Amino acid sequence: MNRINQIQRKIKLQLLDLHYRSNAGHIGSTLSCIDILISVLLFQKQNGDTFILSKGHAALGLYCCLKETGEISDEQFKTIYCDNTIFPAHPAPGSIKGIPFATGSLGHGFPLAAGVAKANKFNKDDSWVYVLLSDGDTNEGTTWETAHFAVKHMLNNLIVIIDKNKIQGFDYSHDVLSDTARHEVWSLIGFDVAEIPDGHDIRQINEAIKTFKESTSSRPKLLIANTIKGKGVSFMENTIDWHYWPMNQAQYNQARDEIKSQYNA
Amino acid sequence: MRRELASCLKTIAAADKQILFLTGDLGFNALEELRDSMKDRFINMGVAEQSMISVAAGLASKGFQVFCYSIAPFVTYRCLEQIRNDVCFHNLPVYVIGNGGGYGYGIMGSSHHALEDLSIVSGLPNMQCYIPAFEGDVRTCIREIIENRKPAYLRIGASHPNNFNQTANETFNTMHTSQHPLVTVVGTGSVMQPIYQAITDYQLNDRVDVFSIRKLPTNGFTPDFIESVRKTKKIVVAEEHISIGGIGQQLALDLISQGISVDNFISLHAKGYPEGRYGSQQFHLTQSGLDKDSIAKTIKSLL
Repeated sequence: MNRINQIQRKIKLQLLDLHYRSNAGHIGSTLSCIDILISVLLFQKQNGDTFILSKGHAALGLYCCLKETGEISDEQFKTIYCDNTIFPAHPAPGSIKGIPFATGSLGHGFPLAAGVAKANKFNKDDSWVYVLLSDGDTNEGTTWETAHFAVKHMLNNLIVIIDKNKIQGFDYSHDVLSDTARHEVWSLIGFDVAEIPDGHDIRQINEAIKTFKESTSSRPKLLIANTIKGKGVSFMENTIDWHYWPMNQAQYNQARDEIKSQYNA
Repeated sequence: MRRELASCLKTIAAADKQILFLTGDLGFNALEELRDSMKDRFINMGVAEQSMISVAAGLASKGFQVFCYSIAPFVTYRCLEQIRNDVCFHNLPVYVIGNGGGYGYGIMGSSHHALEDLSIVSGLPNMQCYIPAFEGDVRTCIREIIENRKPAYLRIGASHPNNFNQTANETFNTMHTSQHPLVTVVGTGSVMQPIYQAITDYQLNDRVDVFSIRKLPTNGFTPDFIESVRKTKKIVVAEEHISIGGIGQQLALDLISQGISVDNFISLHAKGYPEGRYGSQQFHLTQSGLDKDSIAKTIKSLL
């Protein structure tokens, strides 16, 4: 097993464990974007860069990655989802440096990130700003307001990533507002757009981000990562139910076995 | 007050490059000079109040102090969650400026009025609401806002001179006192003008004490005010805002909490559109009993 797979295995098992012991929902949404989080937080983000999790309901995935980077200590990790914690189900304000903003209501992370990116331009700071959006985020009006702002202000230091699992809170995206995360739309607005077929392949994610960073274009960047909600756990994949349900013991055991089996080679 | 605002900010922004000004595509015939002087630090965000606030929070998180300007209802109701989650939760120096608070936009109609803005904004965590009454107060408010570096809402409107000849620079200001007051009158912002006219035109000067509140939350009273209430036991509160969540309600709570009892407490406040009719700011003030004649009549009813 290579290093990337080792990290994926470790973090996904930790994530399942955290969800199970917390009796937490949103596991499907988190498994959908955990590989993106691993890529950005463990491979791409440098000191001074900013990462904002707009889809705050995947916070447990963020916490697992920040434990891996050392930004959340073992002691702090034990408090997640418990009373008196600074790590609730959605990121809280003023917790740790690695979580610059509280999120949880969709449509906030992108304009916040654009503000940080614009500030970096003012300050002649060449660090990168990453923001991770869900399909639901792309329904929000602020997303489209900000898209135009980012293009107008040539925020080429901003990398927007859409975790496109095509499922939202109460329906499949296609049956809600149809596809609001379409490559063509973002491209027309003025983004440099890359789309990868497998948003769980960390090499694909890393490669796309590397290409963005090497670009000399003045356009903001958008990566559409096609993903699977509940990825890696057969009974969770592509279901709306697992946006919400916590796992019982049997489900947890099966989920662990399935994740382990994927990274045994 | 927009001209005072622009003039004051022009001076401050020239000296402090960390000041940014964002507008929701408004400011015609008032903010042009400010725009020209601030150059790229003056940003027209378009008609996009929600993202304006969140972008401002992002900018503020990196050290900038950011003003966000629009018509009062657009920059409060439309983007309340952005103000709460992105600005207030993080205690960031983002300063929301709402022009035309109350019925300030008159015949423009209800979409342009803000009768509940203080109610929804003043309770947000870390938020301070500033309600200047007179043209000269705008500068004081802005200086205080910048010095505090905390979330702020500045509710401005038409400019009026301060005829009381007393400064209104504090949260709680004594505007007028009389030897033997019978009624304590409290107002905020735009209604200080009709209050002044009421006591002058109806020769009530020697019957009332007058106070103005410039900031919410008020955080207590001044000794002058307590003294006045102890003497009069009668309070008239006037505000161009609904009764819920405005200064009257806050005042009543503070009085009760401090064990100060009164015999009469009359709240004059915005009553919305009681007959479903629309008109000038003065028309709506009259409909709500906030014009000088109604204020005088209310005071006289307590004499």
